[in-house]
Amino acid sequence: MSQWVRKGLATGIKTTRYPSHEETALGISPGLPLGGDYPEEQARELLERCPAGALGFRDHQLVVDYRRCVHCFRCVRGARLPIGWQEGYEWAVANENISGRKFGRAFDRSVNILVVDTGDCGACLNEVRQLNNPYYNMHRLGFFITPTPREADVLLVVGPLSDHMREPLRKAYDAMPMPKRVIAVGACALSGGVFGPSFVCDTDVRKFLPVDVEVPGQPPPPLAILHALLVTVGRKPPASLISFSGNIKPEEVKER
Amino acid sequence: MKLNNIPEIAIRRWPEIQIHLDAVHALCELKCEVSDLLDFCKWLSIETDYIFAGLIVEEGSSAWELRYVFYGDRDLGWVHVLTRQPLDDVTFPSVSGFMHAADWHEREAEDLFGLRFAGHPRLGDFVLHNDRWQENLEPMRHDFDGKKSVVHRAPDLEWRPNLIVEAPGAFAMPIGPKFSGVTEPVHFLLETVGEDVIRTIPRLFYKYRAVEKMAEGRTVESTLLLAERFAAATAFSHALAFCRAVESICGTKVPERAQVLRVLLAELERLRHHVGAVQEICESTALAVAASQTAMLEEELLRLSGWFTGHRYLFGLTIPGGLSREFDDAACREAVRQAQAILKRFDRLEEMLRVSSSFLDRLEEVGIITEQDALNHGLVGPVARASGVARDLRKIQPYSGYEALTFDVPIEKEGDGYARFRVLFAEARQSVKIMEQAVDALPVGPVLAEVRTRPGEALSWVEAPRGCAFHWLRIGEDGHVTRYRLITPSFANWHGFHMAAENFAFQDFPIILATFDLSVAENDR
Repeated sequence: MSQWVRKGLATGIKTTRYPSHEETALGISPGLPLGGDYPEEQARELLERCPAGALGFRDHQLVVDYRRCVHCFRCVRGARLPIGWQEGYEWAVANENISGRKFGRAFDRSVNILVVDTGDCGACLNEVRQLNNPYYNMHRLGFFITPTPREADVLLVVGPLSDHMREPLRKAYDAMPMPKRVIAVGACALSGGVFGPSFVCDTDVRKFLPVDVEVPGQPPPPLAILHALLVTVGRKPPASLISFSGNIKPEEVKER
Repeated sequence: MKLNNIPEIAIRRWPEIQIHLDAVHALCELKCEVSDLLDFCKWLSIETDYIFAGLIVEEGSSAWELRYVFYGDRDLGWVHVLTRQPLDDVTFPSVSGFMHAADWHEREAEDLFGLRFAGHPRLGDFVLHNDRWQENLEPMRHDFDGKKSVVHRAPDLEWRPNLIVEAPGAFAMPIGPKFSGVTEPVHFLLETVGEDVIRTIPRLFYKYRAVEKMAEGRTVESTLLLAERFAAATAFSHALAFCRAVESICGTKVPERAQVLRVLLAELERLRHHVGAVQEICESTALAVAASQTAMLEEELLRLSGWFTGHRYLFGLTIPGGLSREFDDAACREAVRQAQAILKRFDRLEEMLRVSSSFLDRLEEVGIITEQDALNHGLVGPVARASGVARDLRKIQPYSGYEALTFDVPIEKEGDGYARFRVLFAEARQSVKIMEQAVDALPVGPVLAEVRTRPGEALSWVEAPRGCAFHWLRIGEDGHVTRYRLITPSFANWHGFHMAAENFAFQDFPIILATFDLSVAENDR
């Protein structure tokens, strides 16, 4: 077995320096489309191309509903004039303290996370798994995955709320001790993605649970999920670039 | 025997049968009466070398149409057995008595369409769990509106699972649907007499998202999103299968450059998937350093995918007619070079793992599937190949230009966890070999051809990382999808999982599960 010890030592430190430094490696994030000031003709074309209804046009501004973006890249590839693109990964948005009791300093360096998959395609779940690999190593920041709700402080929900998982999700939330926080990860959990609404999927975790932090993306890259965890315990400010234009009106959204 | 002999033999034995032979697509359609169905399937599955791929149920305007798909080696091509019956008669004979691979297909059709399969021993409570859904709810029927929510029944507190083991001290241990750390939801009932588990009964479809239902009435572009996003670990393969179905219906010729790039990307996905599968095996045996080392390789392949294609899980790349974006030749070469470097380190890990006795003790002779069991249950992919079933669609029914490439289909005989583990490594090496050939043969030219959507239907197939995937697509007169059937490798392999999880010690359970390389998302759809 000594070969493994040698192998481990010879590998050295691979872990990202995030959150103290920015991570600049290639391929760590798919990025997100950028709203803003676009000529009306271009905006209309982009709107027409978006199959997820994530784009809207209001007051001469192209608005992006990040909850709905499913990374199909149709507003970039094949468009006559592509939409602007933002790199980066600090995407988590916080809904202030809706879960009640304050998440005190005790949680700064020790947070247990329960992950519940409610019909996820496997991408968000795999990105959560990646947080344990040496490149991200979330243990160093005091985040631990737990299999039981009894010792969980944070409930991390992925997937479009498949019907069969709603009851287990509710039971898991109820079994968690106070204070607790809920993070919704990925477009499916935030808007139903390409699946909801239907007789088996829903459109929003917020209908079922008080969601404190939301991370858009399909899937959000590991660093975005890590950012969400840091936002949850108050060690990082929420995203500044991202604004959820959650109030895109139904008539502004193209029918799927 | 060859495909061309099929009509001759069939006519001799069943004179009134209707036969349509399509030599271009190597497809023979046989229309038979419901009363002949059993004999017919028996003949194909027992007397010939055809293999059952899946059952496709379609609700026509006046009749049910059931399509039993069979395939074989190159010479054998595809045989579709079709049978029709008026809509008000919902009873069909069950073929699963002698063709066990059809078992779950019939259960699914019973649950979602309300068909009855006479002679099937166990129908009901499959996709829609009986403790939650009303009886007689048939969501795949056209008159069911999939966008509306439905009223659930009150929970049946009296519900108890069917247990089989009767022994002093026997009890059932439930696991799931939420269990362990970061896992997909699935429920297992382990029938045990203490430390030894006698039987495992998996209960699935906690992630049922009704992809087939939601596709109906959507445009082709919109359905592509579903095909790509129902199982992300193998997103590219399933998106490719869908695009191939559309291209087959619309008669589109995909530019050569796009074909080669598709092969390159599909193999990149296979490599990443296999590294991820090995990572899960290492983690299940609690060999921490090996788990970390393979996790690093998986992350590096995800980053490579992200840098090379713009998305870590290869979303949004393949579209009907080719690819959504051009790739630079130099970037392709660099991607292959990085994949080679990662493979080298992966190979080194295999050498080390194969001399780690504590690791091998956990894998060897664990979760054995015999070749006969694998054939009977219609297992596919690396799991079947580890049991000696040399079946790979890239070889036997080549597509996208695989026929021009040189590669082997690695097989092992033992059928245990260690055999499956070795097959994963061997296939990863073949994938990189294919990527090297693809990048050397990269032709110049466009990557996208125009697609004119027209009505029609087609079956397409790919060898996804977990095994054979079949997509059946029907496009209606208005250019919208009217039926989309997904036959996925995990659906086939979950059906056989219980054979590997019989009579084992409890602590081996995570290892058997990991070596079986199953996706719940791909199964549940």
